Amino acid sequence: MSKPRDKRMSIDEVVASLESGMTIGIGGWGPRRKPMALVRAILRSDLTDLTIVSWGGADVGLLARAGKIRKLVYAFVSLDSVPLEPNFQRARQDATIPELVELDEGMFATGLKAAAQRLPFLPMRAGLGSDILVNNPWITTVTSPYDEGHGHEELVAVPALTLDAALVHLNRADAHGNATYLGPDPYFDELFAMAADRTYLSVEQIVDTAGLTVDTPVQRVLLNRMMVTGVVETPNGAHFTNCVPDYERDERFQRAYAAAAGGTDEEWAAFEERFLSGDEEAYQAAVVAFAEEGTK
Amino acid sequence: MSTDTITRADVCAAAIADAFKDDGEIFASPMGLLPTLGVRLARLTSNPDLVISDGEALWQGGTPPLGRQDVPEGWIPFPRVFDIITYGKRHVMMGATQVDRHGNQNISAIGDFAQPKRQLLGSRGAPGNTVNNRTSYWVPRHSPRVFVEQVDIVSGVGPKRAKEAGPAAARFNDIHRIVSNLGVFDVRGADDRVRLLSAHPGVSVDEIVEATGFELELPADVPASREPSAEELLVIREMLDPKGLRFKEVPHG
Repeated sequence: MSKPRDKRMSIDEVVASLESGMTIGIGGWGPRRKPMALVRAILRSDLTDLTIVSWGGADVGLLARAGKIRKLVYAFVSLDSVPLEPNFQRARQDATIPELVELDEGMFATGLKAAAQRLPFLPMRAGLGSDILVNNPWITTVTSPYDEGHGHEELVAVPALTLDAALVHLNRADAHGNATYLGPDPYFDELFAMAADRTYLSVEQIVDTAGLTVDTPVQRVLLNRMMVTGVVETPNGAHFTNCVPDYERDERFQRAYAAAAGGTDEEWAAFEERFLSGDEEAYQAAVVAFAEEGTK
Repeated sequence: MSTDTITRADVCAAAIADAFKDDGEIFASPMGLLPTLGVRLARLTSNPDLVISDGEALWQGGTPPLGRQDVPEGWIPFPRVFDIITYGKRHVMMGATQVDRHGNQNISAIGDFAQPKRQLLGSRGAPGNTVNNRTSYWVPRHSPRVFVEQVDIVSGVGPKRAKEAGPAAARFNDIHRIVSNLGVFDVRGADDRVRLLSAHPGVSVDEIVEATGFELELPADVPASREPSAEELLVIREMLDPKGLRFKEVPHG
């Protein structure tokens, strides 16, 4: 009996399929359910000059610190319990990211929607009157052809955020790319997938198709395989962001990250050496060792 | 309960609750601790119809204490929050690193956008909030560094800028209240300027003027912000914040 394609890949195969200069969307939200194993693999690669589109957390901080970002599209960058992301702050205050597109959150979501609908833009009120339009003079307005009793309203023409590739992390997938999220919030991962030419999905666990819904309603199957190019099993792959119910955010690790990122160059070098100098397996082993120190 | 036991944090909670009392059945969306306390106080007293969330993805059927959950009455993940913003039945109370004489707010960065002196969060949802639904601000430490002549970057749009941006921007712009640890303000002064509505008990008008980096519109008589009722104090102290988390944001004294 024929089955849909098997899309299982390794982390290295995903990164090898990306190219410098690409526009890459990163799913999740701030410090929540981020495809961190894939982000770490980009840090290890020679990819450069990337345009990153993200609800920013440590993904943005790490890529900025590594000098991977030529252009950043964001509405915020935050670690929640550490409100200001130290690596992002440093990059902004030292002006090391050549091009910045700060959007309102609603504009960011609408830009993904436009891309997912293959439209050049969608109209919106958000942005009007704010410095979003001052700092992004290329974003312009459009006049409504309709008068709904309030005149021909002049609205922001939110440009499509079309992506070359999207990276997302969910709880479970089958080998074909159907995937469930088991936490409280889908975030915008489906929109990222539909806004992108190619979507690479990392998951806590690859299961057979029946396993996707064995203990959870079918409404939790967020991604259909037609939206997905490749699937990678990366247990604890969202660390140190959360991936509930599999795990909460590693707050102790995040504090250590933030302290190193906001500290001296030597402190950051020590953090990099300890956690980011090897492959994903080495990272996870270093995380286990770090956790054991904390319980002593 | 005698009035000498009423703290500044309790007065702030009541002032925040009052900002939501006439909202009817809408999504009350507080950012931060005192706004959450004030919104929940309103829901237990002046406006039981308010719709509140746990700050994550669940609408709360009851009114839980700070940091706790109640039975959900619905699902409000981030994508749906943006749907409610444009739907309009929402009142958000945000923070403000800077707020200026015309009620513009900045949470993006301090200094030049191209190379800020201090990068903050980014503008988050402030531009969209302020042209779509009612927006208020909470400032726990009123100072001339927060209340500035002109914000460095306009994240949240005040009424004057909204009008200048055109009818589509002004149509739903509704900056309702600015509550600080010193007083209560709106932006309905002349030329859409920030106006003092009340000074918290124990705070003089001079103190507020001194702590504000622009010329405030002052009414001839400045009333004192009201003190919370005995019922409200009971709700704050015994139900919503028995651990006194509010004093971390607005200390005693």
